[in-house]
Amino acid sequence: MRKPLIITLLLLLWTLPSVADLTIEINEGKDDPVPIAVVPFGWKAGVTLREDVASIVERDLHRSGLFEPLSRADMLSRPANANEVYYRDWKSLGVDYVVVGELSFGRDNNLVARYELLDVNTQRSILQGEESQSFDKVRFLAHTISDRIYEKLTNVRGAFRTQLLYVSAVREGDNRFRYRLLKSDIDGVGEEVLADSMEPILAPTWSPDGKNIAYVSFRTTRPAIYLHNLQTGQRKQLTNFRGLNGAPAFSPDGKQLAMVLSKDGSPDIYVMDLASQSLKKVTNHFAIDTEPAWAPDGKSIYFTSDRGGKPQIYRVELASGSVERVTFEGDYNARARILGDGLGLVMVHRVQGRFHIAVQDFKRNRVEILTSTDLDESPSVAPNGSMLLYSTTYNGKGVLAAVSVDGGVRYRLPSRFGDVREPAWSPFLYE
Amino acid sequence: MKYQSKLFLGVALAGALLTGCASNDTDSSGQTSDMNTYSEPTQSMESDVSAYEAQEPEVVLENIFYFEFDQATLTAEARRNLDAQIARLQKTTGPIRLEGHADERGTREYNMALGERRANSVADYMAINGIARYRIETVSYGEERPIAFGQSESAYSKNRRVELK
Repeated sequence: MRKPLIITLLLLLWTLPSVADLTIEINEGKDDPVPIAVVPFGWKAGVTLREDVASIVERDLHRSGLFEPLSRADMLSRPANANEVYYRDWKSLGVDYVVVGELSFGRDNNLVARYELLDVNTQRSILQGEESQSFDKVRFLAHTISDRIYEKLTNVRGAFRTQLLYVSAVREGDNRFRYRLLKSDIDGVGEEVLADSMEPILAPTWSPDGKNIAYVSFRTTRPAIYLHNLQTGQRKQLTNFRGLNGAPAFSPDGKQLAMVLSKDGSPDIYVMDLASQSLKKVTNHFAIDTEPAWAPDGKSIYFTSDRGGKPQIYRVELASGSVERVTFEGDYNARARILGDGLGLVMVHRVQGRFHIAVQDFKRNRVEILTSTDLDESPSVAPNGSMLLYSTTYNGKGVLAAVSVDGGVRYRLPSRFGDVREPAWSPFLYE
Repeated sequence: MKYQSKLFLGVALAGALLTGCASNDTDSSGQTSDMNTYSEPTQSMESDVSAYEAQEPEVVLENIFYFEFDQATLTAEARRNLDAQIARLQKTTGPIRLEGHADERGTREYNMALGERRANSVADYMAINGIARYRIETVSYGEERPIAFGQSESAYSKNRRVELK
């Protein structure tokens, strides 16, 4: 009696739409998220959709930490358009905004979504939109709606149609690992394996146009930097030097790649012109110089160096070669990423032996710790500057987590198996 | 401690400079160097070692050399173990691969550099003690290949290492 049930369950799991390795749990939210109701979209065609558009929109908004969606069970009605909305009902539920929508068949058998964003307090429709996509891109269509609503309500460009690169390591045998370079949508769905090796893979990073990525692979049993075209799948080995070949970082114009090489003895920062593959040495010091990060104007590079005895962030001006120290608080500051507005940086910051993600603003040079977990590393900022992803350890496993740049929102993206790390948030990929 | 590490860095740098030419020679061909030509320690070598052990009973032939936290200087124990290996390696001619590792604390790329610094420490010590530098290749794996797991000092101390391959 029990066995068939288990088999049925297994079959069910097997046939479910591919749920990715990452699932989202909100740990800690903003104190005053905006209450919003995303009503299930009306759908008249009688065909069952594999994806629930309203539910995807709801989860997107929830994940931003700025919104608190109303549970469907608490909804008194399920209007599909503005005419069916009784504002008083929603007001009594404490909701500030309501999203309603309808799905239908469009031309070329496309799926069309018409939706509206309603302000409960003013009883007015503040956004009307229509999106059309083929049926295999229902999630993309939903994320588009999320972006529009988010932008309307926050005045910040939405980043729900961005992607994520990360590395997973799965133990196979005693001390052997299988390393995978993975790409997924920013909500963890649609995972795709880009590289798979028994040798380490690390440091994935996006080109500013989102068309190329660079990463480090040990597939030749030595580290080398690879350039991978996401559209053609073509992979090109860029470096093959004695010693370290690591930490690739595209310049803001995408024409150059900063990296760390130790071919001359100690690790230094270099810049490679991608068209000619010519190299220019940017730092020259017998200490460790590593983890280059470009300033948004492309005129200077931030990097980690232990030239002062302990790792700290420094900045080198490319035109003059002059170097200045940037971080002073604490005895371990490393792997900076510069905020898109150029007003500050995020980094790995050690306090009392624990590693956290911290943000430092350039105006007052004040350091604010964003995470409370330990062994936090690899911060990567969303292109709209709202959130950052990082890796941490949870229950002894490497997991990805997200935190808002103001520290108010945190959530974890647990992996189904193995250790995941080194998240890299893509630039904006769609208008 | 600090003075010592600086001193060692100086020695390491001097070693790197001295062997710079030799290193560059192997750079182009290094990629194709055939690791298969390196033979595993044979029975006769093991007997050499036992002779060595008879002299200094506490010395065992170790392939792994451990380091202190955030340090690349050789401990007294690592040096003893290295001396025994050097005695063996002086009787061979094949390539030597030194793999540097770090524990998981700190950032990955910084640990990659730390692993290299450790491997270079061992390489320099070997070179100073008569092993031809061109035989030695160093590769750092940073924190990517731990051999002990969990967030404990005992696991961390096992992962801060250089492996002789």
